[in-house]
Amino acid sequence: MSDFTSSFWPMFITVISVGGVIGCALLLWLTSKIKATSPNGDNTNGHVWDENLREMNNPLPRWWVWMFIITIVFSLFYFAAYPAIGTYAGKLGWTQVNQYEQEMEAANKTIAPLYAKFAAMPIDQLATNPEAKAIGERIFMNNCAQCHGSDAHGSRGFPNLTDKDWIHGGSPEKITETLTNGRVGMMPPMAAAVGTEDDVKNVANYVLSLSNSDHDATRAAAGKEKFAVCAACHGADGTGNQAIGAPNLADNIWLHGAGEEAIIKRINEGKVNQMPAQGAKFSPEQIHVLTAYVWGLSNNETK
Amino acid sequence: MSSKKNSNVKNDASSAGTEATIINLYAAAEKIYPRSTFGFFTKWRWVMIWLTQLVFYGVPWIEWGQRQALLFDLEARRFYIFNLVFYPQDLIYLTAILIISALSLFLFTAIAGRLWCGYTCPQTVYTEIFLWIEAKIEGDRAARMKLDDAPMSARKVLKKGGKHFVWIAFALWTGFTFVGYFTPIRELSDAVANMTLGPWQTFWILFYGFATYGNAGFMREQVCKYMCPYARFQSAMFDDDTLIVTYDEKRGEPRGKASLKTDMDKSKQGACIDCSLCVQVCPTGIDIRKGLQYECIGCGACADVCDTVMDKMNYDRGLVKYSTQHAINLGWDHAQMLRHILRPRVMIYATILSLLVASLFTSLMLRTSFRVDVVRDRGVMARIAEGGMLENVYRLQIMNATESTQRYRLSASGIADLKVESDAADHNKSVTVNPAESRWIPVRLQIPDGSIKSGSHPVAFEVRAIESNETVSEKSVFLVPR
Repeated sequence: MSDFTSSFWPMFITVISVGGVIGCALLLWLTSKIKATSPNGDNTNGHVWDENLREMNNPLPRWWVWMFIITIVFSLFYFAAYPAIGTYAGKLGWTQVNQYEQEMEAANKTIAPLYAKFAAMPIDQLATNPEAKAIGERIFMNNCAQCHGSDAHGSRGFPNLTDKDWIHGGSPEKITETLTNGRVGMMPPMAAAVGTEDDVKNVANYVLSLSNSDHDATRAAAGKEKFAVCAACHGADGTGNQAIGAPNLADNIWLHGAGEEAIIKRINEGKVNQMPAQGAKFSPEQIHVLTAYVWGLSNNETK
Repeated sequence: MSSKKNSNVKNDASSAGTEATIINLYAAAEKIYPRSTFGFFTKWRWVMIWLTQLVFYGVPWIEWGQRQALLFDLEARRFYIFNLVFYPQDLIYLTAILIISALSLFLFTAIAGRLWCGYTCPQTVYTEIFLWIEAKIEGDRAARMKLDDAPMSARKVLKKGGKHFVWIAFALWTGFTFVGYFTPIRELSDAVANMTLGPWQTFWILFYGFATYGNAGFMREQVCKYMCPYARFQSAMFDDDTLIVTYDEKRGEPRGKASLKTDMDKSKQGACIDCSLCVQVCPTGIDIRKGLQYECIGCGACADVCDTVMDKMNYDRGLVKYSTQHAINLGWDHAQMLRHILRPRVMIYATILSLLVASLFTSLMLRTSFRVDVVRDRGVMARIAEGGMLENVYRLQIMNATESTQRYRLSASGIADLKVESDAADHNKSVTVNPAESRWIPVRLQIPDGSIKSGSHPVAFEVRAIESNETVSEKSVFLVPR
């Protein structure tokens, strides 16, 4: 009962629970003592309303009194077994948290064999197992879809998981790693290293030329040299480096927006983007099933 | 009603005069030994007992296709009622049934008092069955009273033991049947035969069996008198034109002993010969000659037994009968009385009731075999997809309420050139949902970027069941950012 910050509430609960029982007992005792009188001796109690409406005694059956007594006795046992009086925890030590944990344990026990079966299966098999897919889909819908979208196609800032373009690697091992530990993608502001505003614009056009997007060929040619500072991470050909999470600039996938303006903004401001770690939330078996689901989104033969 | 004399008078009121006496607030319940009756109302009660109990004990054994016709599967949250399957979403039908039941109670009570109590209430029905068993083993009222007073003997033990044995067997069968509505009864009977009942099945069979045994064997009229809330509020449905079991006081009084030889004209006596049979047959232990009392469950046992006495005395039947306060007080004949049954209260109840029943059936007829819910993705407002398309993402929850696998075709309308895309659907934009399963389907709606102005545009998803051709339409919005 340490959940309460004020000692008022345990007292409040004690007064209500114990007071209620004592009140019931007192009422029973009093009514058993009271002998009402009938002034006329005809089992009416002498009260008259509306000229001639008289109140008649209609005795309660005695078995009902016994039921009251049984409930009082029951409540005493209840007080002893459960937390009802002050900060006393009760003989059974029952708490809501305990009960929740017990139920979770029981539920985990029932699904354990299923997950054990899944854990023993390789990712590519698991990805086509309808049962595992359905479980993976539910985990995804409840935990991943908020950012990556219900269809896992992502949106600006949140990578599309259904294509073959992976920032940190698309192998099952890498996906498991991403899910468990999360990822932080960090691009520093590069404007100072690149040079003047004009240089930045030239580099941006060179980046656009890598994917054959709309660009100014003269500026691109001028920016090629300055791209050397970018190449440290994104590679000389701009195809990125999954080991450090540098995106491929040579494809037509733009996580933070396409076009010259968006690229200039990235060069000037840099970008920190984060995928939160899920390892604490799920068991390794659940991560395994989720990995298979995510891997299956892009490794799907029918596409 | 409250001014009427009460049956629980401990101090004999007639002799007490005006002397003050002590009255007790508690009293031990006195055991009632209802005498068996035969006659019109008793016959109808037995008809109702057979009808209700044939339904109760029989229905769980009916099969429908691969399953039990009537099964309330609480664990799977599905109610199977013949060809229909109900889900928690269909709670409204249960509500409708409860309202219809309540209004029926109002209607029948306004017409003829506590018809439900007297003929169909499980408390009455099981008490009647248990009384019948009791009478078969121990004998009728007098024999039972004598047996209870008799000292312990082998014969008494045998009779009492036999009665309780039959009662318990019957109660356990009732408990078993009750659980059979929630667990397939054929599996349940196998489990009973093989002693492999689960702990909860065992508990509920025993609990319901115990409730039957206790209520029908021991509590009986006390349930109606002290526990039942319907019994109390039904009196609010009564008025002076409600048919109730009534003693014709004008004709009966002054009562007095009489034989076939008594000259009625000379003795100035009423038709009531004070044989007290009406009190002996009463299952709640009241004297109907004191007028309408709250304990009266309207079973008509007193009317039946009085008619047999009247026949023997060569008097007209109907000294105790179903009649209305108006008919008795104003001396109406039968036709006049029946004409007054159709009064505004009855008409209004009947109209509301038939409207409700009609709307329940209409609603059941129009019920689609699947449900659709649309939830728009909140994380993503809109995005640009390949080919310069502006895209919004939705989740469609399709719930297949049938017992077979269904295919559903998705489409959407509301904006020109609206395209539906879904990785979960095939090239026909169709998805498969397993029997009685609900499936989330991510769906993308696309329009050419820049084709409409920014803002929120209403769209509608149409989902068509390919087999049954039913269509469900659900509204949503398509957002176009600035």
